[in-house]
Amino acid sequence: MNLIAQLEAEQIAALGKTIPDFKAGDTIRVGYKVTEGTRSRVQNYEGVCIARKGGSTLAASFTVRKISFGEGVERVFPLYSTNIDSIEVVRRGRVRRAKLYYLRDRRGKSARIAEVTNYKPKV
Amino acid sequence: MLRSGVIAKKLGMTRLFMEDGRQVPVTVLQLDNLQVVAQRTAERDGYTAVQLGAGSAKAKRTTAALRGHFAKANVAPKRKIAEFRVSPENLIEVGAEISAAHYAEGQYVDIAGTSIGKGFAGVMKRHNFGGLRASHGVSVSHRSHGSTGQCQDPGKVFKGKKMAGHLGSVRVTTQNIQVVRTDPDRGLIMVKGSVPGSKGGWVTIKDAVKKPLPADLPLPAALKSASAAPVAEVAAEGGEA
Repeated sequence: MNLIAQLEAEQIAALGKTIPDFKAGDTIRVGYKVTEGTRSRVQNYEGVCIARKGGSTLAASFTVRKISFGEGVERVFPLYSTNIDSIEVVRRGRVRRAKLYYLRDRRGKSARIAEVTNYKPKV
Repeated sequence: MLRSGVIAKKLGMTRLFMEDGRQVPVTVLQLDNLQVVAQRTAERDGYTAVQLGAGSAKAKRTTAALRGHFAKANVAPKRKIAEFRVSPENLIEVGAEISAAHYAEGQYVDIAGTSIGKGFAGVMKRHNFGGLRASHGVSVSHRSHGSTGQCQDPGKVFKGKKMAGHLGSVRVTTQNIQVVRTDPDRGLIMVKGSVPGSKGGWVTIKDAVKKPLPADLPLPAALKSASAAPVAEVAAEGGEA
């Protein structure tokens, strides 16, 4: 392992984050720390995870899409960001793509994702 | 107050997640067997400097002349050698090994390296020219420069006119780079942002000339191993001088 990879592995261990098992298609709720002046609070952002990037490296990120007041909104979160308070899986989705960019062109009924009822985590 | 710099090897880039939620992009630089190989003194050479060597080279691939030079200093053959001007009180003994604690976290440094070579590059890439239009009669020459001068008077292209040519692979100094973290055990220095050169390339780090130095920097240098004794000794000398 080269030194850069080793440093990244150490930092991941030092951050001590527990990342839940989720993938594209899942509906997730991200608790994101927001600082307003001196006060800091946790803001929830719930939507469909449409992409995960970067594998298990330190630079990994994921994209969450939701429809807010009729307008599509996407946010990209760094997976290991210290600003992320929590990640919860709300609903497991059944999809056949790793990246759900096609959802950007869909609205309403056609943008639905079927739920996985018998989800088994890979060990 | 002029203090020695260091020679470092660029390992690559990564990011650091800070406690306050910030992410800082950093370049990781490594001090690899960094030792003082020779001194330049005012009496003998007309200026004061330390010559540092870094990395390790095979003895049989080192020229006889350099082998003799390293033998005189009683250090193993080095891959890269560089000189740093210092003030007389900041001379370091020959053979002393410099550690990454030489730099304080948060301090600013200037880093020089050889930029990545781009070969023969056109004016758009080399000098940020705008090129020609995509349509309106432009044919074949969308990425060319335009006119290079005037008419019969002056009747020549002025020297220094920006044109296509070789780009990169020259020595570049980036000033005022902040040191984010140091790891003396592994000899690592992490600086904010990018540094000239490719991974595995050698760079030289010096205290920033355009920023005030932090007060508690190790003088003449942060040394490894038998650090306590020589540092105290030289510091005492510096105090007298």
